[in-house]
Amino acid sequence: MILSNLESVPYRTVSKQLGLVQGSTVRAKHIGKDILAGFKNVFGGELKAYTELLQEARKEAVGRMVQQAEAIGANAILNIRFSTSSVTQGAAELFAYGTAVVLEDR
Amino acid sequence: MYIDLIVVVILLILGYGFGRHAERRHYQSIIRREKEMQGMLTFSTKMPPQDLRISNARLVGGNVVISVDYFKRFVSGLRGLIGGRMKTYETLLDRARREAILRMKAEAQELGAGMIFNVKMETASISKGAKDAIGSVEVYAYGTAITLASR
Repeated sequence: MILSNLESVPYRTVSKQLGLVQGSTVRAKHIGKDILAGFKNVFGGELKAYTELLQEARKEAVGRMVQQAEAIGANAILNIRFSTSSVTQGAAELFAYGTAVVLEDR
Repeated sequence: MYIDLIVVVILLILGYGFGRHAERRHYQSIIRREKEMQGMLTFSTKMPPQDLRISNARLVGGNVVISVDYFKRFVSGLRGLIGGRMKTYETLLDRARREAILRMKAEAQELGAGMIFNVKMETASISKGAKDAIGSVEVYAYGTAITLASR
């Protein structure tokens, strides 16, 4: 599975467009980590727990998108975009979407 | 009643001391790593030039969550009354963006890529609307890392 946010992969040609695929996940903060982040708020600096949380969540969103693409027989997803929204207090939705295509060697 | 005041003053002093130290150290580390990563070219153009011989293209990204310290939050609260430039948040966002780009470059380097195209950035505040609002931002930078074919 080739993932890219370019409109096409330069060394290969798109032989079939399969349409939009997407994956999303909603994650809430861990209360213990939240307390630690509260301490960090006094001193400033990176909130490593949050960085990891969001990174994992993005990976999961991408994973779901890839699953969807595999299910319809794609071998690549192009023009991938990420988006974040806050649904409710203390939780974040991470959303990834792109176009599923079949690529062929030139 | 006085205890509250004392706690606030102590937090301000702690925030000022540690926050300044942390920011200076972070900037030093950013500048050092930016020099190391100078060879990794990043572009915000949508497609690589046609005449490049490319062997591989892959999505790479880097993210970071940074918060301001207590002192800076206090100062920017005052600034919010008068309006004008909020320098404390400017440096916060600057650091976050540069750090995210560096992490993206590091991932591309691990893949053995030479350049990154179509770099996009996204900023999110994780605790928007919370009552004791945390002054923290998340920045995510992503793009397509490209490996050149050896001819």
